[in-house]
Amino acid sequence: MGSATEYNRRDLFKRAAAITVLAAGGTSLLAACAGGSGSGDSASASPTLGGDNKNPFGVKATDKLDVVIFTGGYGDDYAKQFEESYKKAYAGAVVSHLGTQEISGKLQPRFNAGSPPDVFDNSGAQAMKADVLVGADQLTDLTVLLDAPYLDDPTKKIRDVLLPGTIEAGTINGKMYSLSYVYTVFGLWYSAKLFKDKGWAVPKTWDEFITLCGTIKAAGVSPFAHQGKYPYYANYVILSMIAKQGGQDLVKRLNACEAAAWDDPAVLKAVTAFYQIMEKDYLLPGTNGMTHTESQTAWCQGKAAFIPSGSWLENEMLAATPADFDMAFLPIPALAGDKLAATSLWAGAGEPFMVPSKAANKAGGLEFLRMMLTKESSSTFVKAANSLTVLKDGVNPDVQLKPGTKSSAAAIKAAEATFSFTLQELQTAADAEIQNATNELVNKRISPADWVARGKAATSKKV
Amino acid sequence: MRHRKTPFIFGFLVVPVVLYIFLVIWPYAQTFGYSLTDWPGAAPPRKFVGLDNYVALFKDSAFLSALQHNLLLLIVLPLVTILLALFFAFMLNVGGKSGTGGVQGVRGSAFYKVVFFFPQVLSVAILSMLFQGMYRTDKGGLLNGIVIALGLTDEQHPWDWTTNPTFGLWCVMAVLIWSSVGFYLVLFSAAMQSIPKDIYEAAMLDGAKRGTTFFKITLPLLWESIQTAWVYLAIVAMDAFALVSTMTPGSYYGGGPDHHSEIMATLLMRNFITFGKAGYACAMGVVIFFITLVLSVVSLRVSRRDKIEF
Repeated sequence: MGSATEYNRRDLFKRAAAITVLAAGGTSLLAACAGGSGSGDSASASPTLGGDNKNPFGVKATDKLDVVIFTGGYGDDYAKQFEESYKKAYAGAVVSHLGTQEISGKLQPRFNAGSPPDVFDNSGAQAMKADVLVGADQLTDLTVLLDAPYLDDPTKKIRDVLLPGTIEAGTINGKMYSLSYVYTVFGLWYSAKLFKDKGWAVPKTWDEFITLCGTIKAAGVSPFAHQGKYPYYANYVILSMIAKQGGQDLVKRLNACEAAAWDDPAVLKAVTAFYQIMEKDYLLPGTNGMTHTESQTAWCQGKAAFIPSGSWLENEMLAATPADFDMAFLPIPALAGDKLAATSLWAGAGEPFMVPSKAANKAGGLEFLRMMLTKESSSTFVKAANSLTVLKDGVNPDVQLKPGTKSSAAAIKAAEATFSFTLQELQTAADAEIQNATNELVNKRISPADWVARGKAATSKKV
Repeated sequence: MRHRKTPFIFGFLVVPVVLYIFLVIWPYAQTFGYSLTDWPGAAPPRKFVGLDNYVALFKDSAFLSALQHNLLLLIVLPLVTILLALFFAFMLNVGGKSGTGGVQGVRGSAFYKVVFFFPQVLSVAILSMLFQGMYRTDKGGLLNGIVIALGLTDEQHPWDWTTNPTFGLWCVMAVLIWSSVGFYLVLFSAAMQSIPKDIYEAAMLDGAKRGTTFFKITLPLLWESIQTAWVYLAIVAMDAFALVSTMTPGSYYGGGPDHHSEIMATLLMRNFITFGKAGYACAMGVVIFFITLVLSVVSLRVSRRDKIEF
């Protein structure tokens, strides 16, 4: 059903601290508590950094490594390859691998019994709530990993080679408990081939964008599609415009659900500019009620020029994308008077990997994470999942990137600043109200001013 | 031997009763308990909040509108489904040529019975996918294809069906009715088959027409089946979660646009799972439980008739 896939997609970009869901459907009210309140065994001692660059955590090859991976949009083949390199580095090591979509269902009993895996990928619709795990002292503080030497260049520490925002994404109560491995960017997508064929120039400013939409419509193509049944995609555009216009400080205040932040003139200015799409009738007919699959397929078929999404789009639409489509990414075009540079974009780290505090082979779990952060591993992931990792310059030059991934990688390189809205993960109730308001806006049932008022009202739902 | 009867009956009943208590009654009791706390759903409840959840619930405009939508479903769904099922069942069993009044159905009724039962064998998931294709909001939707072909609208302005604030819920209701009629048609058919034909023949000799035989004979003799159907459909109307959550817009279990097709079940799930307000959701569950209970009891009481033996 539409909604099931919807959650998996959304969860590709789940924060460590996200308000994740319990096992969707069928969760009886007898649901055990994640984080088992009563298990008496204490966490095993955290490995300390030894002086050995090859093996800083003191992994014993004889210790078994227990890995659990979420098999969502990225599959788990990449993890199997990581495990092979682990076995190479620690000859004789036995690695047990479990690929599953039921992270909670499989791991909750193990956490409660005090026998969790050594490293796990806490993602998907049934991810475990990270804040609860931390509260129950079930996770290892990964600071020791951040200070460990980077495998490709031992003069650097791991913390020096991560893209900005990675550490923050995994930080709860001031400590980093999860390594978010996938780097996602959000913006507009278009077919470079279509633009070349029609001689359309890629717009840099919002005014150019609106003018181009007129040209596109005259050429018989709908300028703008969006995943109307799930309004948060349209919010990628509106919120990005607000962030660029109002600056990082405004993003921070909006993320904190501060009511007064909505009174900032940047908010109204941005949403009014966005509303031009509806005023001038630039939407793909019917897009306001279409699922992500329906609208993105229509876009792949050339029925619409632009569509908003995160960088998972290319991998998701592989089957529907024509071979010569030449997918390309565009940061949301700049408005006059923006505080942030035109190149700045919404980007963030997701897909959190964690090492349980009661793991039998904690050193192995940490080492596994350290091995994920090499150019080789990162390239493996990029090839398998057509998505970028949080490792800076994490792609070998010989890797043939798909056009969309290449284009978003270039945009990340060019970005003067990145920002990130966390409402969707941390303030779900407020976010749901903003999504409702956006749905009304794209249907022209409310005005931009009403949208701002409703956004402000939504802050009362702050957790 | 009377004194031996009690342990005998008890011996047979003990296992199912224990299972029922453990799997149904006990979780219900826990729900009552949790509804008095601020349970977040993934960790133990933090504190006891008394009736705060219930107070908040009846101030929550989303909940009140969801309640209204459920009540609308509760009136429309059983009424329309039962009327349609009765009409079809009557036509298939006793509505044949007026000359044979009541002794046979219309021509091809055996075939119709099978066809009408088709929707019943589809799972809800299939039903939802099927109708999402029907109601699709661009020109690719089956219904939009029809209205565009008829010239009621053009390709640039397809209708929005389930995503329309006014008609969205009615679109879902149509699917519910479409999928239930077949089952109740078969139920009523079976009941009609058991009515002795000589009653109809006697009525015909007295010159009764089809309408008269239906209201004076068929309906009174089918009353118990109709009563059962009413209670079942009322329970379906109180739920309707699967279709509303998948067919209507909204990122977390549908209910959109802007709560216009919200029902209590979607609101409950969203609070329980997405928002982590499980205590509040439990309070909602308790309210739904009582409404369903009261409705079942009342409808059985109100519709009670003297049993007619035949």
